[in-house]
Amino acid sequence: MTRLALALLLFAAPALAAPDPREMLENPAQEARAREISKGLRCLVCQNQSIDDSNAELARDLRLLVRERIAAGDSDDQVLAFVTRRYGDYVLLTPPFKASTALLWVGPGLVLLAAATGAFFYLRRRPAPDSVAPLSDAERKRLAKLLDDPA
Amino acid sequence: MTARRLLFAAPLIGLAGGAAAFYAYMASGRDPRGVPSVLVGRPPPPFDLDPLFDGQPRLTKAAFTPGRPAVLNFFASWCAPCRIEHPQLLRLAREGVNLLGIAYKDRPADARRFLAELGDPFRLIGQDSTGRTAIEFGVYGVPETYFIDGSGIVRWRFAGAVTPEILDDQLRPLLRRYAS
Repeated sequence: MTRLALALLLFAAPALAAPDPREMLENPAQEARAREISKGLRCLVCQNQSIDDSNAELARDLRLLVRERIAAGDSDDQVLAFVTRRYGDYVLLTPPFKASTALLWVGPGLVLLAAATGAFFYLRRRPAPDSVAPLSDAERKRLAKLLDDPA
Repeated sequence: MTARRLLFAAPLIGLAGGAAAFYAYMASGRDPRGVPSVLVGRPPPPFDLDPLFDGQPRLTKAAFTPGRPAVLNFFASWCAPCRIEHPQLLRLAREGVNLLGIAYKDRPADARRFLAELGDPFRLIGQDSTGRTAIEFGVYGVPETYFIDGSGIVRWRFAGAVTPEILDDQLRPLLRRYAS
């Protein structure tokens, strides 16, 4: 019985992780937008959590702020611009593509390109496999004997 | 042949270069978690706060008097690091620095008791009970300290307790440079 109760509690976990109903907007479409925006905003106190995940006081204030902007009629981009004007690009969990972040975005591609170029030249210069010397007569006889050996 | 020999050294040279760059970054003392303030180089946002003490004027942007540099400090009675930095603020006040305070998410009575206990270094104090003014400044925790020059531009922001070292190495040079 206890086990069943525990199992049910575990299954209920996603529901328990839902936002505080006092914070939610009346309009479900607006609330969905607010949650989507909140997932992309860094909680500056805990840094590697989004404000949607975080229990920090500041994260709560920012969640409310996002909802307030949406209720005031802001588009998603306007809400993000409102927050970045105050906290900078750092608050975005997905950094924007700019001169200062270009290496971050194209870096992995550059490494892959360098590795592919290296591999191409390495493979091209490797000697062809048919240059291996054929077996001598003695070796061939010994091989035949080994293959024929009933033991 | 020597060219190919040199190629063997390439990974080692690359590694040494990377290690040197890493060391330089670590030795620079830059806190990788420190969030850079977008406010530096710009005027502070508009705000209008109730005074902490009755009879004092409201704390607004007008408190940054032209020609008079100011140090703005967000504090709270519930904030432990604020107690650590308080002696430094008192020292600045004794030296005549124009200190403005914002009590962040604090009960007015608690903030007043905090200052009665430790001393009040501020010329003016506003109450930010909702934390909204702090968000306008991009504050992410108390204490946070801003330096605003005589032309009303934010020149410096420090998140965390202003220790004697931070005071001497960062804030004092600014106060000297922008002294009116």
